[in-house]
Amino acid sequence: LTSMLKFPDGALRQQPFDSSEEKPQFPGASAEFIDHLEFIQPNVISGIPVYRVMDRAGKIINPSEDPQLSKEQVLNFYQKMTLLNTMDRILYESQRQGRISFYMTNYGEEGTHIGSAAALDPRDLVFGQYREAGVLMYRGFPLDLFMAQCYANVDDLGKGRQMPVHYGSKDLNFVTISSPLATQIPQAAGAAYAAKRENTNRAVICYFGEGAASEGDAHAGFNFSATLECPLIFFCRNNGYAISTPTNEQYRGDGIAARGPGYGMMSIRVDGNDVFAVYNATKEARRRAVAENQPFLIEAMTYRIGHHSTSDDSSAYRSVDEVNYWDKQDHPISRLRHYMTARSWWSEEDERSWRKQSRKMVMEAFEKAEKRHKPHPDLMFSDVYEEMTPNLVKQKEAMWRHVQQYKEHYPLDAYAK
Amino acid sequence: SSNHSPMAAAARFLLRGAGSKASIANVNIGDQSLFGITLLRLSPNCSSQTKTQRRNAAHFTYHPDPVPTEYGPTTKMNLFQSVTSALDNTLASDPTAVIFGEDVAFGGVFRCTVGLRDKYGKDRVFNTPLCEQGIVGFGIGAAVAGATAIAEIQFADYIYPAFDQIVNEAAKYRYRSGNLFDCGNLTIRAPWGCVGHGSLYHSQSPEAFFAHCPGIKVVIPRGPVQCKGLLLSCIADQNPCIFFEPKILYRAAVEQVPTEAYTIPLSQAEVIQEGSDVTLVAWGTQIHVLREVANMAQEKLGVSCELIDLQTILPWDTETVCKSVAKTGRLLISHEAPITGGFAAEISSTVQEECFLNLEAPIARVCGYDTPFPHIFEPFYIPDKWKCFDAVKKLISY
Repeated sequence: LTSMLKFPDGALRQQPFDSSEEKPQFPGASAEFIDHLEFIQPNVISGIPVYRVMDRAGKIINPSEDPQLSKEQVLNFYQKMTLLNTMDRILYESQRQGRISFYMTNYGEEGTHIGSAAALDPRDLVFGQYREAGVLMYRGFPLDLFMAQCYANVDDLGKGRQMPVHYGSKDLNFVTISSPLATQIPQAAGAAYAAKRENTNRAVICYFGEGAASEGDAHAGFNFSATLECPLIFFCRNNGYAISTPTNEQYRGDGIAARGPGYGMMSIRVDGNDVFAVYNATKEARRRAVAENQPFLIEAMTYRIGHHSTSDDSSAYRSVDEVNYWDKQDHPISRLRHYMTARSWWSEEDERSWRKQSRKMVMEAFEKAEKRHKPHPDLMFSDVYEEMTPNLVKQKEAMWRHVQQYKEHYPLDAYAK
Repeated sequence: SSNHSPMAAAARFLLRGAGSKASIANVNIGDQSLFGITLLRLSPNCSSQTKTQRRNAAHFTYHPDPVPTEYGPTTKMNLFQSVTSALDNTLASDPTAVIFGEDVAFGGVFRCTVGLRDKYGKDRVFNTPLCEQGIVGFGIGAAVAGATAIAEIQFADYIYPAFDQIVNEAAKYRYRSGNLFDCGNLTIRAPWGCVGHGSLYHSQSPEAFFAHCPGIKVVIPRGPVQCKGLLLSCIADQNPCIFFEPKILYRAAVEQVPTEAYTIPLSQAEVIQEGSDVTLVAWGTQIHVLREVANMAQEKLGVSCELIDLQTILPWDTETVCKSVAKTGRLLISHEAPITGGFAAEISSTVQEECFLNLEAPIARVCGYDTPFPHIFEPFYIPDKWKCFDAVKKLISY
């Protein structure tokens, strides 16, 4: 006997009170009595299985799960993943040379970005953490604008106010990244609720790392999205580390996916290095989230191959062998390349030529961005409020009076006039 | 956080008791804010009162505002009813507007949302899980997606779990995105201020914590007419706003309020009473304390006080305050919140900077002490009219 009822909108709700039945009547849960003491044991040894479509050699394991994407689509996946990789290498080096102040690479997680982004509708609103540049790349964010943000030059849509890699694009429905971890999670629930009320078949996707999932805001977002029935996909990038903290110091349950059912949320774990597994899971989660107005949780298992950021040296807390395994033997890019090669969709020559071309594209954008001025210093004062408050007008004027008098002590030449 | 609070219980008791003929004076819950207006009019030094009544007497006397004539027909409303009226106008005119928080669906623990769910639907007026950081984060997200989001935090004392979402997220959304995204359609309402027996976590006035945060607006009304007009301005304003409702006034303050929508501008202080000798500045309930102080000063000292309701804490109206001090040469600022780091410090230093040549005495701050808000010692804690009166005396004789 179950007292959970399936309603026409797809939601499960508890049955109304009925005292005639010989069963627990507690309003807080729907369950039978048991007559012996037994604690529920977490299953962490044999956890939620990892969904996989192709093996490490790029071979489809179960043909019925093959998403059957066209050559054109697959090549696009590959080119976006490798273009992101090329941009990462160049910007990482540029930070090492002191040309930009900070950078975070996406090494090893390119498959999670591209696979999920491809399964979304371009109108779906994206909330991210900071290691999801591939989603923007897939949606067509120009290299010039990635560079403009990192250089904080006059072309930066964010007006040079945030640290590098804090991208945002209104046109591409990618909500501007902020540094505080997990704050975007309950926000995504609110946005999904608004999307549901608009009734325009839009979903919201929210990315976060397994470390961010320890924040109180993750709990808030999961619970709100379930109780308020929001068309939302939570996408957790479980890459094994939060800076230096390994997952066994982050949690003791079966990862993040195991938490989903506790919130009444449909959940799945996928191989994050398998772009097709990520694509399939996101596609189905999106379809159902919009149709049924309920949240889905996808935990993509992967490995953070690069350092946490340019301010981190990961050799201080993990072995080079461990990193090499994931870089050389189980990488989302090489796996997709195997798949393409087996179909004769990609040759050594294609690879050489694309590498050259993508490097040229990135370098051109890079050099262009470096030459541009920084935004006008007036932009320090706008957008604090929608309107410029009298107080801020006064402060802006005071700054200029000061800077005019002490010009030689300020880097005015680098800024737009 | 607050589900088992005595305030919530008291509010629920009154809900159940509404319409019964039982004398409310016999209900010894010691909450003058819920007692209706009669008891509040008792003078605290009236010798005929019993000890119990004396303990329960309010520290202020509410004077209704003049009936507004410019916004059409009016109805008698207390402060919680004026909140409901503002929310009702908003839901009626803005199909994207939603109201959510803990226990708002049945009408709210202070009755501010009564009837709205029935009138506008459960997808527009709904309970959330008990989680303040979630409520504000959810509200930001709804606003980012284009909805008008009106979030309720059950007591201002419980807004701190959402401090990160307010300070790091809501306040900085527009700035950090270069105006690509904003949450200007978010308004956070919260009951605020002392209530007679609210102790540490049902009495707080946290406005100064937020005054240090560029990007948000912080607004506090003194009565039902201001409450509705300022709340509607907050909801319409294209910046995230925190609207603090003095909960001691929910039932105590009653006056004629326009039934249709109207707005009172933000960042504008109101000179309630003109004077020439001392400027008195406050907000919320404390306005009513200072109004009485102004009368006492006139009667007992022959001193003419100019009374200013600041109304908006951030961004605040420096011009009105400085103009007044330039005229009177003396300033007293009073708030319930603790003195150190309180908003009076900001007003005081700004006025000192702007009106140095006009000041004839040091600026006086009469505030709560630098302690947590106590339970049984509340009458000694609050900056009541006698403390303020004494400060006026010293200002004049400096």
